[in-house]
Amino acid sequence: MSIPDSLIKAPNVSDWLDFARNDYVGIKTGKVEFGQGILTALRQIVADELNLPLENCHPVPASTTFSPNEGFTAGSLSVQESGSALRLASATARVHAGSHSYWSVATTSGWDIPIDLDVFVKRAEDYLLVGHNAHRIDLDQKIQGKPSYIHDVRVDGLLYARVLRPPTVESRLVDLNENEVTLAPEIVKIIVDGSFVAVIAQDEFSAQQVVTKLAEVSVWSTAGRGFSDENLADFLATAPAESHVLHEQGVIDPGALSFKASYSRPYISHASIGTVTAIAQWDDDRLQVWSQTQGVYPLRSDMARAFRIDVDRIMVTHVEGAGCYGHNGADDVAFDAALVARHVPGRRVLVSWSREDELSWAPFGPAMSVDLAATVNDAGQITHWSHTVRGNGHSSRPSTLSSPSLLAYSHLSNGAPIPPAGDPPIQRGGGTGRNSVPLYDFENSLITAERLLDMPIRTSAMRALGAHINVFAIESFLDELALGLGEDPIEFRLRHLSDPRGRDVIMKVAEISGWGKKLPDGCGQGIGFARYKNKSAWCAVVAQVEVETRVKVAHLWIAVDVGLVINPDGVINQIEGGALQSMSWTTKEQVRISQGRVTSNNWEDYPILKFSEVPIVQTEIISRPEMPALGAGEAAIGPTGAAIANAVARAIDVRVRNMPLTRENIIAAMES
Amino acid sequence: MTQYSLNINGDYFTVDCQNEAPLLWVLRDQLQLTGTRFGCGTGLCGACTVLLNGAPVYSCDTPMWSVGDKVIQTIENQMNPTLRKVKACVSSNQAGQCGFCLSGIMMRATAMIDSGVELTRESVAENLDGNLCRCGAHNRIIDAVLQAGS
Repeated sequence: MSIPDSLIKAPNVSDWLDFARNDYVGIKTGKVEFGQGILTALRQIVADELNLPLENCHPVPASTTFSPNEGFTAGSLSVQESGSALRLASATARVHAGSHSYWSVATTSGWDIPIDLDVFVKRAEDYLLVGHNAHRIDLDQKIQGKPSYIHDVRVDGLLYARVLRPPTVESRLVDLNENEVTLAPEIVKIIVDGSFVAVIAQDEFSAQQVVTKLAEVSVWSTAGRGFSDENLADFLATAPAESHVLHEQGVIDPGALSFKASYSRPYISHASIGTVTAIAQWDDDRLQVWSQTQGVYPLRSDMARAFRIDVDRIMVTHVEGAGCYGHNGADDVAFDAALVARHVPGRRVLVSWSREDELSWAPFGPAMSVDLAATVNDAGQITHWSHTVRGNGHSSRPSTLSSPSLLAYSHLSNGAPIPPAGDPPIQRGGGTGRNSVPLYDFENSLITAERLLDMPIRTSAMRALGAHINVFAIESFLDELALGLGEDPIEFRLRHLSDPRGRDVIMKVAEISGWGKKLPDGCGQGIGFARYKNKSAWCAVVAQVEVETRVKVAHLWIAVDVGLVINPDGVINQIEGGALQSMSWTTKEQVRISQGRVTSNNWEDYPILKFSEVPIVQTEIISRPEMPALGAGEAAIGPTGAAIANAVARAIDVRVRNMPLTRENIIAAMES
Repeated sequence: MTQYSLNINGDYFTVDCQNEAPLLWVLRDQLQLTGTRFGCGTGLCGACTVLLNGAPVYSCDTPMWSVGDKVIQTIENQMNPTLRKVKACVSSNQAGQCGFCLSGIMMRATAMIDSGVELTRESVAENLDGNLCRCGAHNRIIDAVLQAGS
């Protein structure tokens, strides 16, 4: 077994577990909670391995002052990374304590002992807590309406601020004309630095009112390229790119392949129900930040770069926000708060984004295109396969680019533009190319990912990254080939797939969905399958749709294999949530941009899935307690999108290759 | 600035605020009843839903002058037996992920149950179309509401 990354930087039991007072174990994970239930799962792992009741074990919110540096909470890796480290730390503690209590060891010799990588961890059959449903630690407090989120922090002397953003992604402030605005006594200060404008007030509503008035009177330049989404296809096809061959096998000439098809998706938005929020306070030259960030350490590093100060002068502590599905505006608003708080030393300032800013200024999931080509031999076997995916990068996360990627930094007088987004390394699943290498057995294949170097609008990580469209394209194309041969799509897949756990989820979903049954006219079933990142969870989805004037998804059946299951209810919640979110992206969502201005900045212009559109979802976990635990948050994203497109094709015999599968795009596909 | 006397969750509060100030911000910032969430400010997401005389309203879109002497109920209310039951069912079904949408959803569901209309999967879902959930916990929420209303 390789050493978990998390342990290299934090090698002692005391780095992970805190036995500071009797009957209390502090779980010092570097991963953060944002509604996915990770702290609940990590608590199960620790309590089980320590042979303690859950009630004694308490995850502590990540902080740069004492938590291990586990980078970002991203990529469905928390159970693998933090879970493995905590399991080893807990097992080491159990063995080391022997017949003594953990707390007596704490007071005598202490817990600064190295974690034993070869320690005897519990066998699957000995688990008492792992593998059983556990209630979420954090949910009841939220249900009762008790203070639960960073938005709810109320301390004496707290100030509130709102930021006035430019009208387009490129405009710069010419004249604020703040003298034209009457300021109520609640207004503390207006801050202007370059094109960064913020209003500090005693209350949030007053700050928002002044921002609204300033938006009316201020003058901004309109220079720039004025990017519009109607030019998206052209942009994706022609923008300069950095090309990476991700996989090459056998001999292939993509130009000579017999079947070809192209797929696309537009920019998509995180669209969390709560807007991003942060709190900051400066005392002399020290900065404290409370943030819903996915990575307290990377945020600290980027803020240190932006303020040109040493990281040791900044403390970042995690406080929960609303749902997080990737790199949203959480880090940006933390920097906003830090910038604003600098003007009122010794005071805490809470900054929240408006809904319009949330839907306009958070990084977007990149627009992407995929070109596929294949050759099928006389026996109906795919012999040659070529896949080229293009789009902007999937990470402009803090401290990963050549200069700070915090939004306001690009608006400050001494700041700099945010460089084009990069991609996570291929060892972490890549970004643009994530899941572009098919799991199927094709004799000859060439897989290329082209990350665009020109970024007209900021993009970054959104749940599953490139896997959403790459799986959508692969699985759509497979159905096109299978149906062209007159073969059942599931049989066709199984004929090209030797991976045993992949075959198992496909056969399971066929079984629970009643695959192949006769359906009424206008209805269809479709399948989608992938192993997330080709090295994480296996997931197969069957969608059943009815198409009249629009796509109605009636039912989703899901089979998933995440290896050892920590919290079955948590896995089902994540898988179903991922499936419904993917359904929303795939059938409804697209960011609209007109001349550099995001116009889809409210819920009417950026509609997401409604309650009445939600299908019945049925999930079956294939449990493999003897295998390593894998993350569940992103596994269903690609397969669900593909299953819906394939079901639509079966229902109305129209192949829709451009997302979203709206009425307009279906009509366009009929006419093409 | 105007002084308002408010009946919230069975208690009386006095606040000074602008007539145009939305009820949401009075609840959150002045009364520290932060269980009611800000989501959009335009009455489109339902995160801020509270009950006025038992009927659901978007508190972000409800100016203080319009509240009058109406009885206000928020998610913090411990006295409403229907709301208590809804909360218990949402908890037992683990019907949430980030939970940010839940306050508003539970308030609307409470009003629906108390109205006595027939509860089916379809009627509950349609009733909740005024509330958005992004995490995909919809089906669990519908199940919890059906259970609370049974």
